[in-house]
Amino acid sequence: MATTTDRGMSRAGSVVAGARPPAPRRRGRRWLPTPQLLITGAVAAVIAYLALVPLYYLLWGTFFDDNGLTFGGFERAYGNNRIGELVGNSLWFAVGAAVLSLTVGTSLAYLNVRTDVPFKAVFFAASIVPLIIPGILYTISWIFLASPEIGVLNAALSPIVGTAPFDIFTIWGMIWVEGLHSSPIVFLLMVAAFRAMDPSLEESALMSGASRLQTIRKVTLPLVRPGLLAAVLIILITSIESFEVPALLGLQNGIYVFTSRIYFVLRSYPPDLAAAGALAVGLLLIAVIGVGISRLLAGKGSKTFQTITGKGFRPRPMDLGRWKPVVGFGILLYFFVTVLAPLAVLLYTSFLPFYQAPSAEAFSSLTLENYRDLFKLDQAVTAMKNSLILGVSTATGVMAVMSVAAWMVVRARTRGTGLLEQLSFVPLVIPGLVLGLSLSFVYLRSPIPIYGTIFILLIAYCTKYMPYGMRYATTSMTQISNELEESALVSGASWWQTFRRVLLPLLTPGILAGWVYILVVSFRELSSSILLYSPGNEVLSILIFEQYENGQFTVLAALGVIMVMTLVVLVSVAYKVGAKVGLRQ
Amino acid sequence: MLRIEQLVKSFDGERKKRGSKAVGADTAGARVFAVNNVSFTVPEGELFTLLGPSGCGKTTTLRSVAGLESPDSGEIALSDRVLFSRSATGKARTNVPANARGLGMVFQSYAIWPHMTVFDNVAFPLQVKRRNERLKKKEIEHRVLRVLETMELANLADRQATKLSGGQQQRLALARALVIEPPLLLLDEPLSNLDAKLRESLRYELKRLQRELGITSIYVTHDQIEALALSTTVAVMKDGNVMQLGRPREVYENPNCKFVAEFIGTSNFISGSVTAKHGDLFTVDTIDGRLVLGSPIDLTIGSDVIVSIRPEAVEVNTMSRGGDTPNEWLGKVVTRAFLGDAVDHVVAVGKHEIRARGNPSVSIEPGSTVYLRMDPAKLALVPVD
Repeated sequence: MATTTDRGMSRAGSVVAGARPPAPRRRGRRWLPTPQLLITGAVAAVIAYLALVPLYYLLWGTFFDDNGLTFGGFERAYGNNRIGELVGNSLWFAVGAAVLSLTVGTSLAYLNVRTDVPFKAVFFAASIVPLIIPGILYTISWIFLASPEIGVLNAALSPIVGTAPFDIFTIWGMIWVEGLHSSPIVFLLMVAAFRAMDPSLEESALMSGASRLQTIRKVTLPLVRPGLLAAVLIILITSIESFEVPALLGLQNGIYVFTSRIYFVLRSYPPDLAAAGALAVGLLLIAVIGVGISRLLAGKGSKTFQTITGKGFRPRPMDLGRWKPVVGFGILLYFFVTVLAPLAVLLYTSFLPFYQAPSAEAFSSLTLENYRDLFKLDQAVTAMKNSLILGVSTATGVMAVMSVAAWMVVRARTRGTGLLEQLSFVPLVIPGLVLGLSLSFVYLRSPIPIYGTIFILLIAYCTKYMPYGMRYATTSMTQISNELEESALVSGASWWQTFRRVLLPLLTPGILAGWVYILVVSFRELSSSILLYSPGNEVLSILIFEQYENGQFTVLAALGVIMVMTLVVLVSVAYKVGAKVGLRQ
Repeated sequence: MLRIEQLVKSFDGERKKRGSKAVGADTAGARVFAVNNVSFTVPEGELFTLLGPSGCGKTTTLRSVAGLESPDSGEIALSDRVLFSRSATGKARTNVPANARGLGMVFQSYAIWPHMTVFDNVAFPLQVKRRNERLKKKEIEHRVLRVLETMELANLADRQATKLSGGQQQRLALARALVIEPPLLLLDEPLSNLDAKLRESLRYELKRLQRELGITSIYVTHDQIEALALSTTVAVMKDGNVMQLGRPREVYENPNCKFVAEFIGTSNFISGSVTAKHGDLFTVDTIDGRLVLGSPIDLTIGSDVIVSIRPEAVEVNTMSRGGDTPNEWLGKVVTRAFLGDAVDHVVAVGKHEIRARGNPSVSIEPGSTVYLRMDPAKLALVPVD
């Protein structure tokens, strides 16, 4: 039975701190912070710091100058009737891109899940495009394809049509590029939604005499509304926050949206931080309103969707019949336009001594010179190294902190953990550019020399990808039965032993998947880096952006090809890991 | 051995917020109790069962003993070692954390760690001991193998734990709980995840093991047959209260309230009032007839009572035994059901429908007139609620 040590401890537990004769060693430990308290406390502090401090400084820097409260920044940012144009362009661009990607993505998802559409393997390739071709490269590829002056497509078609038929430097061009780049995201979200829906609901509509279109309109779409709303929200927010497309395509002809305007204001001399802040606050407001509206819509709708059961069923693909060849051709065309053409033009350009439209002469001059130059270019090597270092450390840092945070949110459930979860999702509504601006507000004033080093980028990435880490960690945490942890406790394991020996090994697959995902997305981050990097600390995407501005198209293309190849490796590792995770659950 | 005194635990959501001003609903009167003032002791070597429907507080009580829940007030002590103590005012408290209590527990899901082998699962409790108490590696191995042998799992020691069958997983969970030789074993519905056949054989296995090792155990279940078959003592719980505590036979034959009589087995209830007393036997008049029965409690003439009649105490017969036979009622068969090892008849007597269970060879057509005979020794009185 109870040993002496046991007795000593239980007696120790019963006393309130105070004068006691020298008691067993364990007694004192009660009043020191336990490892659990230290670790969870530190994690909560880190999350709160990352989520709140930048916002605070952003608001402070926007509304206060040396003379106190001011709205000067707003006046300079939105004055001269600029506000109407700015909001108009931003919304037009965001809504246009959303409509395009939602239409394309949803139709493709429906075809893939519910019909016997041909070339199903192509869908998979197309769906990972946004992960392997970063926005900046995708945009530049489309400039190579459809710029009125140098576009390959224009060069090919103008002899036939007479003039250059495409102009990518318009709002329609921006919508086209942004919409196509986001459609795979919609595709993935909607595939999940369609898979979760019981096909017998559709079949019963058909049996009741509804036509196929009526069924889709009256049964299918209303049933996948929650998934659709989530997709709408994500696409609207990503396009309103998008920086690459408006900066590269819009600035040329003076089409400003919020993000490109912020960039423009900061790049002019002297940079007007308050005006940029005012724009950032406006952008943040739009993002928050967007999230609010969609929450409202989703909340209203969610009650009516209990008909979507988790029951096992075999979705029977619908026969496309005589439409099959037509749809098949459409799929191939989509694949060509979204994946092959941009990649091909990038590859083609990377072998050119100087940029020119394809011709017999151009093909005979192909060379590896650009790649050779890259290896000699210190900047390129440094940028590659920086991107990798940042990717690995961001992924490691975020997943380490978030696995503890997920434990607090899912398991501990003490007061404040709900708030912690909310805090960790705050960066989701902060556009990258706004985050960059906010962090420069913070660290320009900070006495610690972080500004101008690679660490400020690390902080930015950790903040930006914190929500993703949280999502991965909580998802895998909820899949682990509470009893596994309790049985470790009852077996006598301390909190740390339980965490390390039982929880972590079980969480590993999920954490690893999150780790690779964050590595991939930080590897190509641009919008927050653009305001925070300093010469010598470039990352790959920044270097590509710089080279575009300098007109070094061919070197840029070579660098882009190398970047895409690195991402292909990273993404295939991610899919391998993801598949393993899938097996285990 | 284990002593629990005045254990109180209100549901999480309703707990009084300390420090904050009590607003209307937060006052003590509005608290909903998961465990309401539960006290009992478990003598050394006994298998003590907490039995009750879901939500009755049995699991909360068990988890409080384990240290996985902290009660609002009360005291839990193992021999003379106080594990938990908190007065109603919240002052003077002890709460030994779960990982320092040194108890063994088998969870409902078994909670076998899927990333470890059978051996590692069992070795874990020994490996996580404090460094100065930890056994040598050799010794750990020896102890683990010994307990695995007892559970007939020794040949599976290197197997991945998830590759075991349901029954094997159950034995593994038991091995893990027993490896530290705990003074008290806690079992949270350990058989509920198994299919009926396996459940029955493991029930006897568990009983044999518990009696052989002489390990004091608390067993939580909602299955009354399991409780009756396994326990030394049964505590029937409802809404956070212990309704009755006693030997299985006692609780079955003399339920002290309607709830217990209903929950343990099935019962016919007939209300009436005491009209006469002859020696040990009382006469109870009901609207449909007269019953004569014995009672451990002394009843005054004229008091209202409910008579609980177990179906197996009712004999169905087509012939009367003669006018004076006590407790013989005339009725009509409403329906019958063949159960394999028995036949149930539902017989209408006046306003009552009485269920009788008897030998499968006696099966009487619905609609027939029959005589019901109820053995005075097998009838029980339960108080009017």
